[in-house]
Amino acid sequence: MTFQTYDCLQMLPIILLSLSGIALLFLGFQKSRALLLPATLLFLVIAFVANFLDWGKTYMYFRDMLLVNNLAMIFTGVVLLSTFMVVSLSGSLADDEDAQPAEYYAILLFSLVGAIMMIGFENLIMLFVGVEILSVAMYILTGSDKRNLRSNEAALKYFLMGAFATGILLFGIALLYGATGSFVLSGIGNYAHSATNAGGSMLLFYVGMFMLLIGMLFKVSAAPFHFWTPDVYDGAPSLFTAYMSTVVKTAGFAALLRILSVSFSGVYDFWWVAMAVVTVLTLLIGNITAVYQASFKRMMAYSSISHAGYLLIGLVGLSQASKPAIAFYSLAYSLSTIAAFGVLMLVARNRPLNAAVFGDQTTLARTDEHYDAFNGLARKNPLLGFVMAVSMLSLAGIPLTAGFWGKFMVFSAAADRGAVWLLVVAVLMSAVGIYYYFRVVIAMYFREGQTDTIRVAPFYRIVLIAATVLTLALGLLPNLFQGLI
Amino acid sequence: MQPNDVAVNIPEVIQQIPLNYYLIFSTALFVIGIIGVLTRRNAIIIFMSIELMLNAVNTLLIAFSSYRSDPTGQVFVFFIMAVAAAEVSVGLAIIVMIYRNIRTIDVGVLNKLKW
Repeated sequence: MTFQTYDCLQMLPIILLSLSGIALLFLGFQKSRALLLPATLLFLVIAFVANFLDWGKTYMYFRDMLLVNNLAMIFTGVVLLSTFMVVSLSGSLADDEDAQPAEYYAILLFSLVGAIMMIGFENLIMLFVGVEILSVAMYILTGSDKRNLRSNEAALKYFLMGAFATGILLFGIALLYGATGSFVLSGIGNYAHSATNAGGSMLLFYVGMFMLLIGMLFKVSAAPFHFWTPDVYDGAPSLFTAYMSTVVKTAGFAALLRILSVSFSGVYDFWWVAMAVVTVLTLLIGNITAVYQASFKRMMAYSSISHAGYLLIGLVGLSQASKPAIAFYSLAYSLSTIAAFGVLMLVARNRPLNAAVFGDQTTLARTDEHYDAFNGLARKNPLLGFVMAVSMLSLAGIPLTAGFWGKFMVFSAAADRGAVWLLVVAVLMSAVGIYYYFRVVIAMYFREGQTDTIRVAPFYRIVLIAATVLTLALGLLPNLFQGLI
Repeated sequence: MQPNDVAVNIPEVIQQIPLNYYLIFSTALFVIGIIGVLTRRNAIIIFMSIELMLNAVNTLLIAFSSYRSDPTGQVFVFFIMAVAAAEVSVGLAIIVMIYRNIRTIDVGVLNKLKW
């Protein structure tokens, strides 16, 4: 495909998000912070609309660097929607003296550029640049609570582990380049097809492929490369944990899906066993460790690992059906995770922890994020209780919620490939999942607690309700979404 | 990209050493980096080990691209260097932030997050 000047103008979301990020930084010079949140939301809406302008067409931009098709637009839409919801839950930042909302919002928008590159990359250079834009932004946001030791520790761990993973990813890319002589996905795919037929040594290719996959699995926190996840998710401010566990995961899986389906589908027999082992490990470790958590936020970190496992099932059963399945699952997972974190932030804000519990480290713990914080929540705050209950049901995969259909579609994609033993593990682990998700529901509805009525800002309330309604609507009418792809 | 057009510009010196040696050299450098990350406790040294890993990749990419007479590998090296610079600035900022709070950069001290 030849380069045409109008190509640049149509890669709108990336350009718009970059420009609006810069604009936000300038808005930060103003004394008043009131304008920042609405401006960010407006920019996100514009990017969302611009994203779908090319609907139904397939374009290759910038000399085969980025591909835009319906699937990429859907993933981008999911990512933008998640960001919109996370940002709209951030109203309290404006009142926080230590916070720098202009910078946070700008970094969020910049990191979205990286996410969009990861979703639509056609060249491994774009994958690398996208991963790095997203990761570097997340290192900053993880450590944004500067005086808090937990936030500091999380940032350093995330940074060191993330950079380490990037190194492995890059070495994999270099080896792939040595084997195939190309960074373009389809070029690597052609090599995989022709070389397997021709015979001969493909050692360089296989080692490169596995190192690339390990690097990506690090980023989506699949076991055994998950060990940084609980610490980082626990230590980061809740708002950015919500962002990390939804946007980063969605983009990571979109990237994995692209590279596996375009480049490595020719050597499916070679990698599917390894991926299946990783999947089983992820499901076991994620779900079983989540049972033992006392902190809700840490449980959500392990829950995000286990959901990475379910998404990996869709990749192991790689087929045409797994593309919409993974997109749907990401959407369902993002909606309920953001709603859950939204309620957690409200509950935790009103319960600063007693510093004496943690000795002299007064900055250690910000707020109470344990299960006990939810005791009796639903009596005084029926709306928050309901929102939380629906999102927990959806994460557990109970019918009539979006999470059920997400699991159903992913599982049926794998069943077509005949990986029945994988599904047995997955279904057993979903049963384990019900236990720890329902602990919150039981705490909210059946335990006694001294919760006061929590004041919820009107816009915050609307977003929580919207997430719940969408979860239920997708649960009742999954075809609404399926028809799109 | 016609290989013949580009081949003239590429130093033939690089090709005087067999490609396998470059591969072994870069792998050794990379492994040293990994060992450094896994065994050292000082955040700065871990950080340097990561840089070593990235530079092992750079060497390998340049060797491959010279042998293939294909400039894309070298373009990738520029991207890696630019991105690594951005990463360094953020990483050092994080380390400075931690040093201000606890007056040490030993990663062993950071054990507040446990279940």
